Order: sequence, then structure tokens, then C-alpha cells
Amino acid sequence: MKKKINTAEEFDFLSAQKNSQLRDVTRRLFKNKAAIAGLIFLVLLILTAIFASVIFDYEAQCINQNISQRLQWPSVEHIFGTDEYGRDLLVRIVFGSRVSLSIGFIAVAFGLALGGMLGAVAGFFGGKIDNLIMRICDVFLAVPMMLMAIVIVAALGSSIVNLIIALSISSVPTFARIVRSAVLTVRDVDYVEAARSIGVKTPRILFRYILPNSMGPIIVQTTLRIAATISNTAALSFLGLGIKAPQPEWGALLSSGREFIRDYSYLACIPGICIMLTILALNLLGDGLRDALDPRLK
Amino acid sequence: MAKYVLKRVLYMIPVLLGVTLLVFIIMHLAPGNVAQMLLGDNATAEQVANLQHTMGLDRPLPIQYLNYMKDLLHGSLGTSYTSGESVNDKIMACFPYTLKLTLVAAVFSIVLALPLGILAAMKQNTWVDNVSMVLSLIGVSMPIFWLAVMLILLFSLKLGWFPVYGATKWNSIVLPAISLGLMNMASIARTTRSSMVETIRQDYIRTAYAKGLSKGTIIMRHAFRNGMLPTITVIGLEIGQMLGGSVLTETVFAWPGVGRLMIQAINGRDTPTVMGCIILMTLCFSLVNLLVDLLYGVFDPRVRTMYQ
Amino acid sequence: MNEIKADTSNMLEIEDLSVEFRTHDRTVYAVNHLNLSVKKGQTLGLVGETGAGKTTAGLAALDLIQSPPGIITSGRITVNGKNVICTKTDNKGKQVAKTCLTKKELQSMRGKTISMIFQDPMTSLNPVLTVERQIAEVIEHHEHLGYTDATAKAREMLELVGIPGERGVEYPHQFSGGMKQRVVIAMALACDPQLLIADEPTTALDVTIQAQVLDMMKKLREQHNTSMLMITHDLGIVADICDCVSVIYAGSVVEHGTLEDVFDHTLHPYTRGLFDSLPNMEDRSARLKPIRGLMPDPSKLPEGCAFADRCDYALEKCSKEKPEIFYRNDEHYVACHLYNEHSIQEGGVLKNE
Repeated sequence: MKKKINTAEEFDFLSAQKNSQLRDVTRRLFKNKAAIAGLIFLVLLILTAIFASVIFDYEAQCINQNISQRLQWPSVEHIFGTDEYGRDLLVRIVFGSRVSLSIGFIAVAFGLALGGMLGAVAGFFGGKIDNLIMRICDVFLAVPMMLMAIVIVAALGSSIVNLIIALSISSVPTFARIVRSAVLTVRDVDYVEAARSIGVKTPRILFRYILPNSMGPIIVQTTLRIAATISNTAALSFLGLGIKAPQPEWGALLSSGREFIRDYSYLACIPGICIMLTILALNLLGDGLRDALDPRLK
Repeated sequence: MAKYVLKRVLYMIPVLLGVTLLVFIIMHLAPGNVAQMLLGDNATAEQVANLQHTMGLDRPLPIQYLNYMKDLLHGSLGTSYTSGESVNDKIMACFPYTLKLTLVAAVFSIVLALPLGILAAMKQNTWVDNVSMVLSLIGVSMPIFWLAVMLILLFSLKLGWFPVYGATKWNSIVLPAISLGLMNMASIARTTRSSMVETIRQDYIRTAYAKGLSKGTIIMRHAFRNGMLPTITVIGLEIGQMLGGSVLTETVFAWPGVGRLMIQAINGRDTPTVMGCIILMTLCFSLVNLLVDLLYGVFDPRVRTMYQ
Repeated sequence: MNEIKADTSNMLEIEDLSVEFRTHDRTVYAVNHLNLSVKKGQTLGLVGETGAGKTTAGLAALDLIQSPPGIITSGRITVNGKNVICTKTDNKGKQVAKTCLTKKELQSMRGKTISMIFQDPMTSLNPVLTVERQIAEVIEHHEHLGYTDATAKAREMLELVGIPGERGVEYPHQFSGGMKQRVVIAMALACDPQLLIADEPTTALDVTIQAQVLDMMKKLREQHNTSMLMITHDLGIVADICDCVSVIYAGSVVEHGTLEDVFDHTLHPYTRGLFDSLPNMEDRSARLKPIRGLMPDPSKLPEGCAFADRCDYALEKCSKEKPEIFYRNDEHYVACHLYNEHSIQEGGVLKNE
């Protein structure tokens, strides 16, 4: 019965095992109602953001002022009411979601790519490279994340691209650390040693055996980082360092609504609720993913 | 242990040096001419050049950095571009407020979060657990600035219980501290719960039950100290978050702290003040992290022996 | 079901114990109608493969099964004549097994009347407390001694298991595996328990250390006249230390008897299999004969005899009906379809090769 494993190809039974693992994780995730509620909310939000210009006219409904309609409380006509220039708040929020979501996703994707690469390199090669990378990360992590982002945006000036740069830089060290420690724990695990002993090459080991097995914490962290990034984007805009008027962004909407807080509180409440629900949905999904990937904890 | 402390303190130095360099570089990436901006559009090229020379801005960046560091070693953070005051004075006038706000927020969040987390872990999967975890999840998801605005709306404008802004009255700190601490409280409570849940499944907890000890004794004597370890780390990180978050809270509540000073300085292109604020906040964060590491040694004998 | 009569000469009696672990996607039947008893002053070996329900049975005696997911669905457990677990009918008319002791009674029983040595010494000590504190704690609790007296006694206990008393101020991570197991044993014996449940006390240790620890346990057992339930998968340990043996398979006892009964008049094919899978010291060239197959999935136990699939002697009815229990003598019994009241006396259905 015993068969010698002598080629890298035969080693691929691991990937078969991974498929069934994936099925288990999905099954567990779909049993978690809260996580699925979060997922559905996010999917709907993303779909609305994508098809925003099909539903509404950007110039006419989102940018152009309509003073005769200004500051109207939510009604059947304007579900979320109108702002101080008479623009429909719902339309502005829908277009605002485009900005918030795309900054959130793109910044985290960059952070993940760069951080993940650095972490994988540091963890896998160790020694001086590891030391250098991790010390640089230490410097970045020593500054509270929000402050770092503020300084970068303040220096570079506020535009979507600069926001993305600022926010992705602040998540690089976190991802580098996670990937590095995941690589370190997996590096010396038996099946990796086995793969190495039968002559599988280093990059292949890295991409085929190590990274897929460090996926759990990375996926969870990615979800949570997207939430944090959306919140930070809004915070920067709120401080006047992010997106500028008339372009709609949730934090900026909230910030300008603040002026009317006494009499037109919906202008500050509604954008805030949108931010919160989005972050909540991402957190629910992140929690659900964590429990599904590591069922022991629930 | 003393050796370990020393080692940790010494390690802070290169990190802080790195931070000054990093922030210096970022700040000087900013486009535009500071002298021109300070003098206004009507200034002559000569005036601008003169001012640049007196400010030392015409020298190469590395020299500027070295000069900055020389001053820093003498304890000086430089002179504000906008007001001409010493940055030290400016910051020290604000720092007590930020310290007070952060401390109150930290104490409030830790004191509430630990029992909540432990309770939820002990009553795992009961309604107590579910309710407190749903609430913490909402707390974690609530942006600080929005919470601040909502607190003002409800407690200041509608109910009139607390002042809308400033730091003049005794109860001025209540709303800023809540808005700054709530998110961290929720996050600490979540960590406490999950690390306690993990801890109470350990074999040594079963051993403790097998000895005949009561549940209370086991939680306090056996589970708490072990479960605290991850929580301490998170508390340290959360205090860093609060230092960052204080920028938002202080702006909303017009709380005269370092965070608000920093935003004002950024808007006024006052680079030395911005750098001073960042360095101070980073120093605080590093000290908190040092404290966390030392606490680790207190709670975990394995860490202690590692450094003996 | 054959009832074993309550007997005051028994230190521990477990009757008809069933334990299930219910998670949202399946129910694991870990222990199924298990009967066993430990006589006063004697040692019973509980032998079986990993996953046979040995540890669960041991934990049930201390009411330490974690719930959820564990539920005791039926059974009665008596320790030194006192009921620990009994089956009651709840208000919906359903049978449930629960502890019949108050919290106080349970807390004064655990560690005093009955104590347990856990399988893995690496994880059963608290990493952040000194070992003497962990031993002194149980002494303070049961003997109401003060801090200093309890610590002094803890150090005596350490000396007793062969660890210098002054090492008591150290933490578990400063001890080797064998030393840790000694600490765990010292902790279990600190209050002179009448019954000691030892759950594979030597599995995590090196072979040489195993022998030392076993010798020590034998000595201490004699000194303190402790009754013992030795949970193990190692028949060598059973031969060395036990008076009686219960062989457990898929959560029920399939054969029970004195050491001599079971070793020399093996009845159950599974017990036979266990012996055959041991290396033979006399004939080193002899091949091991491992039992083929695996234990059935404890969440999908077969209708009939749980061993039927792996049994070389299986009859048609084996996979359909649960086997009855037949006694060979007052002590020795087997649960197997190969036997009946008449054939049991002859003993030799299985070929002794």
C-alpha cells in the first residue's frame, strides 16, 4: 500500500485537501446569519455604487445646486432629505459610496500587496533582510495610524490618489507583520519541509504551500482593514483633509451636515449611519470569516 | 529584568530617530514655498529669499534635518512658523489637556471593558454574551467623529446636560472622553472575551476544577492572568488609537489639546509645530508600548525567564 | 442490560453511563451504556484505543465534562457509596442525567475524595503560577491550612515525588516533561484522595521516565492505600500495575475481568487483537498483527456490535444486534455474540496462535 512520494506533482494531494477545507469554511460561513447579513449588505452597496450613474444623473442630481429645494427634511420625494444647496442627500450618499468604497478597497489592496510581499520575503529569508524590513515597519507602527495618514495627506495635498497612498502606507506594516508571522509558523511545518526535501523550488514553496496556508488571518485582517480604511477616509474628509466639495464623500457630507446639526440633524445623522452600517457589515463578515476559518473559537 | 527594561528603552531610540526622519521627509515633500506663503503674494523675491535664509530653508534637506536633530537633542522642537513662539511652549500648553482626555477615556474604557468581556466569556453563548457582543460590535463600528457629533446633538443640544465645546466646565470632559473611549472599550471588551474564552478551555483550567476550586476562584486566579496577556497588547494598541483619535475628538469638541493644535498647524503650514506634535504623540505611544511589554513580564513568568 | 448490584466494597461505580457531544452539525456518542467499578484498594485498568471514550468516562466521575457540547444522557455514578451522577426525570418527562450533589459537595469531593491525573502534563499546569502555589492551592482549599503551612506541605509533596522542595518556587516551563508529570501527580495526591483517576499518566513521557513514574505511582498507591482507575492504551502498564481490566471499545466495555482472566483467558476478539498488535519479546521475528480498519465514526455508530466490521469472527447477527453480556466467572464477562451461557465456560473460541 505504501507509495513513495517522489515528485512535486504527487504532492498536490494537498491542494485536493484544501478544496475540501474551502468547502467546510464556506459551509460554516453560510451558517452564520450575521456574517451573511453583512455580506448581503455589502454586495447591495457595491452594486448600487457600480450602477449609480445608471440610476441617477451625476451632474444634474448630485452636483448641480437647486436652491429652491434646499434643506428639506426626509420625505417621500427625497427619502434622505436635501442639503443646503437643495441636492438630494440619497443621491449624494450613493455617489459618495463610490468614493468611500473604492478608496477602502484600493488602499487595502495596495497595502496588502506591498505588505504581504515584504512580510513573505522577511519571513522566508530571515536574517538581515528580515531585520531591515521589520525595523522599518517598527518605525511606521510607532506612529499612531491616524496621525501618519494625516501627515501624509497634509504633505501631499488632498486628492483621491493621495488619500489612497496615505491609507495604504498605514496598513503596509500590519500586513507585513501578519504575513511574516504566518510564514514563520508555516515555514517549518512538516509538509513544507517535505516539499523542500523532494526538491520543490523556493518560489513555488512560497506561493503553493506557504501563502495559501496563511490565508486565514490575512483574509480576516483584510476585511477589518477595509472597515478601518473607510472609517479613516471619512475621518480625513471630516477634518477637511480628504475629499473636497462638491464631490460627495461620506465623511465630507457628515462634516458639512454638522453646521446644520441644530435644526437639520438628518444631514449629519444619515451619512454617519451609512458609514457605521458599512463598517458594521465588514466587521460582521470579518468575524464570521474568522469563526469559519477557526471554528474552535466559537 | 533591569537589563530587559534597559534593552527595551535603548531600542526605542532608533525607532524614534526613524520616526523623526520619516516625518521630516514627508513634511518636506509638501509642494510650495513656505516663506512665500508666510509673506503673502505681495512679497518681493528678495524678501522671500531673505526669509528662507533666516529660516534655514535654503540649505540642503540633510543639513536641515541635522540642524533639527541638534535642536531636538537640546530639547528644543524649534520655532513656530506662524506665531514665532517656541514649539515647546505651544505644545506644553496643550499637552495636559490631551493627557487628561486620553487618560480619562482609557480608564473609562478599560474599567468597563474588562468586566464586560469576562462576564461575556463566562456566560458564553447566553443572552448576556450575545447582547454585550452585539453592543461591542456596534461600538467598534461607530466612527469617533460621528459619535462625537451625535453625543453633542443628544446631550448638549437636545438635553443640555453638557457643554457643546471647550474645556472650561468641570463636566466638559465627559462627552469627549466617551466619544474617544467608546470604540476602544468595545474593542478591548471583544478581545477580553475571546482570550478568556480561549483560556477557560485550557487543560489547566480543567485541572483547577478537578481540585475542587470554585468558579470564581478559578476565573480570578487561573483564567484572568492568562487571559489578560492578549488583552494587555490590545490595550496598548488602543491607547495608540486614542492618541490618533484625539485629533478628531478634540476638533469636534474644540478641546484645546495637541490633536487640535496639530490640525491648526497643518492648515497653517506650520511644519515645526506639526513635527513637534507627531514626535510627542509617538513618544507617548512608545512609552505605552514599553509599559505593555513590562506588564507582560509581570503577568507571564515565561517572558521573565526569557530575559534573565 | 445487565445491572451490576451496588456494592459497598466498590470505591467507584459507573452504571449505564452514556455521554454525547452535541455540536450543531453532529452528535458524537462518546460513551455508550458503560459499566465499570473500582474496588476499594484496587486498581482497575481501563484499556482501549484513542477515542474509545476512556477519558470521557474518567471526567464524568468528577462531573467535569464540559457542557456544552457534552451531555450525560444516562447513567449513575457512585463514589465511595455517594451518588455523584444520577438519572432523573425532568418536568417534560424526559430522562436526564445530572449531578445530584450541590456545588459545595462537588467542590469538596473534587481533589479530596477523588482526584485526577491528566493526560498531558505540558498543558495541565497553569503557566503563570509557581508549582508550589498550584499544589498548595488544593491543600488550602480542602485542609483549610494557611498560606505558609500549605506551601510547606506542597514542598513535602514535591519531595515525595522526587523533586527538591526548593524548586517549588519555579514555574512549570522551568521543568521537564517528566518533572511536570510528577508535579501533576503530587498535586493529585496532595489531599490523600481515596480514588485516583490516572488518565494515561505516562503517555507523554519518554520510555525510561515512564518506568520511573509508574514505579513511583505504585509506591504511593501502597503508602496511601488509594484506589485507582488507570486509563491507558498500554497493556504493558496494565500488566504492571492493575488488578482488574476493563476493555473499552466505542464507548462500552466489551470485556472485563481480573488481570489473569483477561490476559490468560481472553474472550473478546478485540482484546485478542490488542494483544496481537503488541510486539512479541520472545519471537522478535514475528510480525505484528494490527487490527484491521478503524474504530467506527462515533457519530455514526452501527446498529449491532461496534466491532463487527473489524472482527475476523463476525457472524451475521453481529452487525444487526447488540451483543449480550455473558459471565465466565463472578468477575470475568464479555459482550460478544460468539458466546452463550454454555460456550462461555469452555473459553476457547479464539485460537491462541
